[in-house]
Amino acid sequence: MQNVLQIVYLIPLLPLIGFLINGLGRKHLSKSMISAVGCGSILISFALSIWVFLQVKGGNVHTAHYFDFISVGKLKIPFEFKIDQLSSLFLLIITGIGFLIHLYSTSYMKEEKSEHFGRYFSYLNLFIFSMLLLVMGGNFVVMFIGWEGVGLCSYLLIGFWFKKHEYNKAASKAFIMNRIGDLAFLIAIFWLIAKLSTVSFDEVFTAANIAKLSSLDITVITILLFVGATGKSAQIPLYTWLPDAMAGPTPVSALIHAATMVTAGIYMIARSNILYSLSVIHAMGGEQDIRNMGGLSKKLKITFITFLIGCIAIAGIPPFSGFFSKDAILLSAFIKNPVLYGVALFAALLTAFYMFRLLFITFSGKFRGTHDQEHHLHESPPAMTIPLIVLAILAIIGGFVGIPEVFMHGGDKLGEFLSPVITEQEHHVSHATEYMLMGLSTGLVIAMIIFAWFKFRNYQRSEATGFGKVLENKWYVDEIYDAAIVKPIKKAGTFFSQVFDNKVIDGMVNGVGRLMQYSSRQLRLVQSGQVGNYVLLMVISMVLIFVIQFFLRK
Amino acid sequence: MISLLLILLPLLTGLAAFFIKDEKLVRTWAVLTSFATLTIAILSLCCMNDTKSLNYHCEWLPSLGASFSLKMDGVAQLLCLLNTIAYPLVFIAGWDKTYKNAKNFFALMLLAQAGIMGVFLAADALLFYFFWELALIPMYFLCSQWGGEKRVAVTFKFFIYTFIGSLLMLISILYLYGQTPDHSFSIESFYNLKLTSKQQSIPFWLMFVAFAVKMPIFPVHTWQPDTYEQAPTSTTMILSGVMVKMGVFGLIRWLFPILSTASFVWGDVITLIAIIGMIYASLIALRQDDLKRLVAYSSIAHIGLLCAGMFTQNASGMQGVMIQMFSHGINIIGLWIVVDWIERKTGTRKMSELGGLAQKAPALTIFFVIIALANIALPLTNAFVGEFLIFNGLLGSFTLYNVWYTVLAGVCIILGAAYTLRMIRKVAYGEVNELTANVSDISINGKLALGIIVVLILAAGIYPQPILDLTSGSTDSLVDKFDILRKALLK
Amino acid sequence: MPINYYIFLSLALFCIGIVGVLTRRNAIIIFMCIELMLNAVNLLLVAFSKMHHNAALLAGDATTIAGTDGQLFVFFIMVVAAAEVSVGLAIIVMMYRNIHSVDVNFLNRLKH
Repeated sequence: MQNVLQIVYLIPLLPLIGFLINGLGRKHLSKSMISAVGCGSILISFALSIWVFLQVKGGNVHTAHYFDFISVGKLKIPFEFKIDQLSSLFLLIITGIGFLIHLYSTSYMKEEKSEHFGRYFSYLNLFIFSMLLLVMGGNFVVMFIGWEGVGLCSYLLIGFWFKKHEYNKAASKAFIMNRIGDLAFLIAIFWLIAKLSTVSFDEVFTAANIAKLSSLDITVITILLFVGATGKSAQIPLYTWLPDAMAGPTPVSALIHAATMVTAGIYMIARSNILYSLSVIHAMGGEQDIRNMGGLSKKLKITFITFLIGCIAIAGIPPFSGFFSKDAILLSAFIKNPVLYGVALFAALLTAFYMFRLLFITFSGKFRGTHDQEHHLHESPPAMTIPLIVLAILAIIGGFVGIPEVFMHGGDKLGEFLSPVITEQEHHVSHATEYMLMGLSTGLVIAMIIFAWFKFRNYQRSEATGFGKVLENKWYVDEIYDAAIVKPIKKAGTFFSQVFDNKVIDGMVNGVGRLMQYSSRQLRLVQSGQVGNYVLLMVISMVLIFVIQFFLRK
Repeated sequence: MISLLLILLPLLTGLAAFFIKDEKLVRTWAVLTSFATLTIAILSLCCMNDTKSLNYHCEWLPSLGASFSLKMDGVAQLLCLLNTIAYPLVFIAGWDKTYKNAKNFFALMLLAQAGIMGVFLAADALLFYFFWELALIPMYFLCSQWGGEKRVAVTFKFFIYTFIGSLLMLISILYLYGQTPDHSFSIESFYNLKLTSKQQSIPFWLMFVAFAVKMPIFPVHTWQPDTYEQAPTSTTMILSGVMVKMGVFGLIRWLFPILSTASFVWGDVITLIAIIGMIYASLIALRQDDLKRLVAYSSIAHIGLLCAGMFTQNASGMQGVMIQMFSHGINIIGLWIVVDWIERKTGTRKMSELGGLAQKAPALTIFFVIIALANIALPLTNAFVGEFLIFNGLLGSFTLYNVWYTVLAGVCIILGAAYTLRMIRKVAYGEVNELTANVSDISINGKLALGIIVVLILAAGIYPQPILDLTSGSTDSLVDKFDILRKALLK
Repeated sequence: MPINYYIFLSLALFCIGIVGVLTRRNAIIIFMCIELMLNAVNLLLVAFSKMHHNAALLAGDATTIAGTDGQLFVFFIMVVAAAEVSVGLAIIVMMYRNIHSVDVNFLNRLKH
């Protein structure tokens, strides 16, 4: 009998249908219809995801095979979905948070014309569709389809208000930067095909196949996959698109980037964790639901509270979710290498600092916008606040699913659930060290928050100077990239198109023609009409022929 | 028999079109006959393995050892299909255009179709050369009669370029003819030639240059942007969508099986040239302001990839080339239709003067974006399958430099995204200006043509297996040949 | 008589002919010089023909015709030369009628 999980294709199919309905009917449907289609399709997917999750929890793991996507020679790439602990968890996250974002958007975008409203929802649905393909894909190629699809949707969403040039530029930038990562991902796939001639997770991650890979292969593949993940998750060095995208037109879309797309990179690494065998990955799973808080909450009371919770969660104060995930990361970093731990801790502190800086600047001190903007401020409608509250609750309790063993024996439910998929390394630190590390980081984080409070409580905008200026300009990385990569490429393009192609290659081509014309013009002069000349030439040529004959005979 | 029909139908209807005076009538005639040819091509797919009804053979010049023989294998079927799909699309998209001397225009277009079809089907070297020239001549007249301002000089350049290439190919064919034991031009005698690697080198390069000019690849590409720019757009569609595939097809059917040792020996050099050409063309495309020239250079980059893919000489790379030939043909015709509409409505092709079309012509913009995304090989569009397989073939190829080739060629994926998105941004997005303020959305016939193209893009992108199956026979035999050769050479 | 004498004589005649053709401008003199060259060749042909024929006779074959083909060539050249003279002189006469001169340098307008 066929596995009940065969029908999981419905989960991505519904958002796809939603995309088609909203995209094609955007001029004819009313806004409420569009919202119903947009949110409804995701809600059903969410319900299905819950069902799938329960199935998986009951031990039913399945790879659903639909048709041969590409089959050439020995290489067979089927179109297949793999449903296991990891993907079912991510299904929940994506459809769940996706639904909340849809809900939030219905009121956030309500002032748009219905045509653009429909367009927006179709993009959102397409985004969810791509994300679902990404996490459900049973092999690297299907995953890559979703992977690029997500990049496309972010391009469309960032450039949603296409009249503004800077948005369009930010959109292009995001897409191109993502493509750099995508290329690395692709090459990793090709490498796998060259070595194993398969891309299916089920086949790649078998002990026999892993054994076939040399350590060089594994290094190359992991590095390439990691570069791919950095592109999508906006990590150094491929992160500069994200701030631009956030500054872009739709905070909601910015949010969807932070919440889901960034997850894509993490998911991919987690999926190929056998190659990495790091134990930190499962902790990252908890991270994404907090991130979205930052973008969501912009306005007033409920917003402030949820925003505060979000900040605290990200900063990693116990017992919010960020604490445990951050702690798990720090701990495994410490096991690996104390220097790594130092770097990670420093980064965590900076995160805490800037989150609270944002909080204080936004909510304390004088209102710095124009009167017009002030007028528009009001408490958000329920469609906006409910998702916020849900997310805040998640942020608070989310941490407990990953609670480390040191607090509660068997508390690490998340790790337990994912254990079939993710190979764990044993922890080799005593509980005392773990407590100490936790205390240290928490203490430092609180100190950082207090520092931020004093510094930004009465913040007025002023020109940043010195190091602050460097930070404000994001380390000038954009400028460096511009000078080191973009400008030379443009210069080379200009040189090639104006000089090399026109003058050198075409010059050579036309030169051959011109040479012909020139030589004919010169040769024409021989035809002088003077009979004497002709005869002389004739005689000279004859003599020459005799001379050559005479010498050649020897 | 079907192959003969595929050549005769456009040839005869083309000749008949010279005598239809009424413009509307001749246009209808062209569309109807092109659909009839398409029907036959689709019919040929039904009797895939029935060589008897596909092929055709009769005496032509027995004293020379040349015969009129046609062979329709999977690759030929695919390309004939492309040829027959392209023509109705081009005619539909140009339905609302008027030409002076319309009867001559449509007649020449149909004659060119017959010539191209002959190239894809010929199984006799002399016949191949004959059709190769036959396809060129109508193109020459089309460009020089109905082209833009600089048409005369540009067409002359185009003609000289391709003609020199053809002559080099003729020399090579005659040399090979001289080597055949039975003095025959037939493809079987050519296939059975046993030449040493030294003997193969010169005919290989002579023939390769002919194909390289036609494709075109760097550094013999400079006729292409000028010609694409100056030729009437309908002709450009055929030139770029179908005719350049003649070069790649030449590699598959003539160069590789006949001169396989040389193809193997020189593979590295040519792959390198092709990849340099890709990067070169992509960089130039990044700095173009003229839409037609941008598409032209992007086409050079894509063709470079096709050439590199052929020389991977493995199943993945070559199968990728097969499907990519089809995809590239469809996609670039779509791009030209969009560019043509923009030029007709705004009177300019300069991107710096355009903008805001998304507001004025949303349907056009949606088609434009989809086709442009297919052009940069987004997954689930047709070009992804081809490029994926070609890149995979590149990394899996048997040279020492496969990783470098893949990475270098991969740079073009990024550059491709850069110039294509720049094009979309400058043309479709931004504010409306006075040039674009009065643009109307694309007409119903344009919508029909673009709609068919988008359907083809998605269909081949989601379920490409039928196309791959169609051509697998031809590539498999080539791959086997190269495998045996490689083993023999490496011993 | 040794063959050398014939060769040198015809060489001298031929060179006189060439120099004449190259240096003179009068069409009739050029014409005569061409005739001179032709006859130099004729002389040589006859001389060689005689030489070969004698050699064959000396070898003991009384009925041989070896070497006589050279004399046939001479007749051939004479015929061609006669035809040439008739055409050439006609051209010169026409030329004189038109430009009242037989100077070949006046003919360079033909190139236009």
